[in-house]
Amino acid sequence: MLFFSFFKTLTNQTVTIELKNDIRIRGILKSVDQYLNIKLDDVEVLDLAQYPHLSSVKNMFIRGSVVRYVMLPRSEVDVGLLEDATRREAANQAGKAR
Amino acid sequence: MERLSLNDSPANAQQRNSQQFSQQNTLGPAGQMQPTSGPPQLPPQMFTTAAQLLDLTDKKLVLVLRDGRKLIGVLRSWDQFANLVLQDTIERIYAGKVYADVPRGIFLVRGENVLLLGEVDLDREDDIPTTVTKAPFEEVFELKKQEDNQRKSGDKKRHTELSALGFEPEHSGEILF
Repeated sequence: MLFFSFFKTLTNQTVTIELKNDIRIRGILKSVDQYLNIKLDDVEVLDLAQYPHLSSVKNMFIRGSVVRYVMLPRSEVDVGLLEDATRREAANQAGKAR
Repeated sequence: MERLSLNDSPANAQQRNSQQFSQQNTLGPAGQMQPTSGPPQLPPQMFTTAAQLLDLTDKKLVLVLRDGRKLIGVLRSWDQFANLVLQDTIERIYAGKVYADVPRGIFLVRGENVLLLGEVDLDREDDIPTTVTKAPFEEVFELKKQEDNQRKSGDKKRHTELSALGFEPEHSGEILF
């Protein structure tokens, strides 16, 4: 659940998503769900000439399972906090397993 | 989604959904990630697959499938797995610099085959990029078949070379377009 929470804190930020079929899409992160499906607003497809079918798309829903990378604005990510949260989550998981 | 509505205030929703709320706060006590003066947090029920698809319902969408098909139709129904029902669907086939439309009708798509779902901007719908032109279906279909065969043999060659070197094929063998 950690990354779900993490992505929720990034809503309304501009992110670039690279899909497993190499399409790269930049847009405003509007929503994310438990499967890390992502909704983007005001999308802009990089290298649009290769993907003419996306030329008139304004917002999109991307299935989490096809995302390769999400590129985030550096200023919006508190790496230290994320590390702490990761450790806490790992500790929780270890606690549960026992 | 129980009896929650999208208009519930976050406080309300969080009270009713205290379990979800505690999960939401795994990032730290009192949600350190969010500045307290920042924009109001959206209620948790906004962050479900259902909520994401809800505002795409009855809109004209372009659906890209895992096998590379592009379907254009009106989204009529869906569920939490992103299984979708599209009405008045056409399939748009692209090949090289040409494309063709094939009327298809109603589609029920299993969620795992969905790559992405884009809402078509009806104002820009007809501004098809000048790099592609409409052509008769037979012509596009032939060209597409050639392209597919070319790509398939290329993929196969790459695959055998990679596996000779001990590499797993990309996407663990799953084909993605």
